[in-house]
Amino acid sequence: MKITLNIQRFNPETDSEPYFQRYEVEAEPNDRLLDALMHVKRYQDGTLGFRKSCAHGVCGSDAMVINGKDRLACKTLVKDVAEEGGAEITIEPLRHFTVQRDLIVDQTVFFDKYKSVKPFLINTEPVAEKERLQSQEERMAFDDATNCILCAACFSACPVLDKNPAFLGPAVIAQASRFNDDSRDRGFEERLPVLDKPDGVWPCENQFECTRACPRGIKVTKLINQTKRRIQKHKETK
Amino acid sequence: MIHEFEAVIVGAGGAGLYSALEASKNAKTAVISKVYATRSHTGAAQGGISAALGNVEEDKPEWHAFDTVKGGDYLVDQEAALILAEEAVQAVYDLENRGLPFNRTPEGRIDQRRFGGHTRNFGEAAVRRACYAADRTGHMILQTLYQQCIKNNVQFFDEFQVLDVILDGKRCGGVVAVELKTGEVHIFKAKATLFATGGFGRMFKITSNAYANTGDGPAVLARRGVPLEDMEFFQFHPTGIKDMGILISEAVRGEGGQLYNREGERFMERYAPTLLDLAPRDMVSRAIMTEINEGRGMRGDKRIDDYVHLDATGIGKETIMAKLPDITEFCKTYLDVDPSEKPIPVQPTAHYAMGGIPTDTHGRVAADGSGGIYEGLYAAGECACVSVHGANRLGTNSLLDLVVFGRRAGIHIADYVKNTDTPKVDENAAEASRQRMAELTDGQKGPHGESLRETMQMEMMEKVGVYRTENKMAEAVQTIADLRNRYRKVRIQDTAKSFNTDLLDILELGNLLDLSLITAESAKNRQESRGAHSREDYPDRDDKKWLNHTLAYLEGDSVRIAFKPVDTSKWEPKARTY
Repeated sequence: MKITLNIQRFNPETDSEPYFQRYEVEAEPNDRLLDALMHVKRYQDGTLGFRKSCAHGVCGSDAMVINGKDRLACKTLVKDVAEEGGAEITIEPLRHFTVQRDLIVDQTVFFDKYKSVKPFLINTEPVAEKERLQSQEERMAFDDATNCILCAACFSACPVLDKNPAFLGPAVIAQASRFNDDSRDRGFEERLPVLDKPDGVWPCENQFECTRACPRGIKVTKLINQTKRRIQKHKETK
Repeated sequence: MIHEFEAVIVGAGGAGLYSALEASKNAKTAVISKVYATRSHTGAAQGGISAALGNVEEDKPEWHAFDTVKGGDYLVDQEAALILAEEAVQAVYDLENRGLPFNRTPEGRIDQRRFGGHTRNFGEAAVRRACYAADRTGHMILQTLYQQCIKNNVQFFDEFQVLDVILDGKRCGGVVAVELKTGEVHIFKAKATLFATGGFGRMFKITSNAYANTGDGPAVLARRGVPLEDMEFFQFHPTGIKDMGILISEAVRGEGGQLYNREGERFMERYAPTLLDLAPRDMVSRAIMTEINEGRGMRGDKRIDDYVHLDATGIGKETIMAKLPDITEFCKTYLDVDPSEKPIPVQPTAHYAMGGIPTDTHGRVAADGSGGIYEGLYAAGECACVSVHGANRLGTNSLLDLVVFGRRAGIHIADYVKNTDTPKVDENAAEASRQRMAELTDGQKGPHGESLRETMQMEMMEKVGVYRTENKMAEAVQTIADLRNRYRKVRIQDTAKSFNTDLLDILELGNLLDLSLITAESAKNRQESRGAHSREDYPDRDDKKWLNHTLAYLEGDSVRIAFKPVDTSKWEPKARTY
């Protein structure tokens, strides 16, 4: 089938504003949208900029806004976004980031927020056994959050970040919960100052856009709410 | 721009991050990577990391080392295999202590499962040795190591593509790299440089490898005279998703999945009566290609892109969801198949380079076959060849290789830089790289690189793939040589400085072409069948003549072949049956 990709272009060296450019591509319904983008890049226009790597939804490089939704181009099939016969697919860079070129955005702000919640196991107790013991139940308690590939699709989808750019954002809170909910971790109080500030967990309005956007199917909003409750409980018992 | 560090690590996958963690304890360290660290291909590894913990049944490091040697068809350096198996145990505990969320046994210990070629008591039966975190063990290792790097303030240069290595005789002074964001060429001067750039499966048409797996490290070194070891040994994983090459973990067979041909026959019974579907990967890939060649693939047309069925329906929905959730999702997304209900169409997919940059067990790069090394130059992970995988790597041993030898190289570097002077390096070191980039962007018209890439990938797939013959490989060598000539005239369309991914694409193609030539020449030269190198015209292993590592030197348009002895100090080579 023939599809049209309507792609937002921007080269800071030559363009004062972003603009849209159309490309016609022959594609199979089961092709990944990334395949179509690669075809444009390699046969039509070498100047088109986007990131990609694993091409099967595990590295998180190619999150972008496709027909208004935040998705991975390699996990979106042509048939999911195009209708038979000359459908047009609009592709834009992720929101809430500075565009560096075409579909490439500067994710520094996202990774800086990620680092700020101390996303690593904190536990200085000596390990009694060879491994720290953990029941299967305890292990599954934080399983969902371990799926995160830091693609930032949820960061783009979050409506709260429209009005409050300082908000930590969904993925970062979910990653804090990945450790807070790990029975081996002792770092909750160290993460608390970042989570429990006005721009920490509290701006979340439960609009569930992060959960809808997550290409890994993580129930992000639920993890944010769990984190809020945990903080409240911690304050009450203090 | 010249940056000065004590240690520079090129690549931010498992090996690069682990060595950075160790090196940065003592040395001012920088990690440069062409992608953000968390995008590295270690994250795509699925099934597990082996270690003889004995958490679910008796196991010993010695058995693990033996399996590794036998799995590698005796081309493994045995002292290195013993180090791998022995240090595996502590390495896995270290990862757990650092936060890696392994699946657990009912007693709360790290759970273990079966994987191909891993046996108890020197081949008696399959053993549960693979420690795992669902079917995203590599993702968890990458995340855990990156998290530890954040904790320890390791300095990253994200999106820097390596262009050249700075060598003064046999002494390394650092690397040259281009910053994607600005297009500027940077020099990283360092006492110690480690390459951990991963694999190069993108030589082949059907591959499980990421777009980024273009062998930049080995290619850069080869062009500067460093030999590459055992490049003819490239692993085809038996179960890639048909036409796409996306990996379907061996863990599917470890949990009970079985392979079937069009006649509904469980054909592995004929090829490996003891281990069946859990025979080593080279044997299973050959079995599948034989079934296809003899018309028993699912289409039955004997074409190279025919396929067989991997049936996981007997495993049970609950186990599949608990232990193989990602694979289930791949199948649903890309094939519209629920593996708990219908078989998965699979075919061999180019997966892993056993060969690469020759190193000793501290990661130091070898200069020749007789013990000479490059000062201050290290390699670890898939781009390196220690050699612990020999002619065929066992499943789960790649993640283990990253962790064990990434760590060992990092420790050695931390010590080495203490007694070493800073090398003398000036701006001239980047001259060749600047010239090459200027050439590519000089605005002249030239052929586009894409047709070259397609021809290379097809040629390597068809003629240097699972089965090989003299004539086909000679054709491949000739084709690749022609492509390398045409490559010199290629020009890119994009002339911008910032985020010129067109330029990177073409530089990567150059690396793949060089490695393809070395691979095809090394394969053509070895007149025997061993592990993943399977020749129809020389079907037997020949220890008298070929129990040697290949060392291939790229010399302009030709490849010179030399040899390096194999360490067989512990186990005599024997026939390899399962």
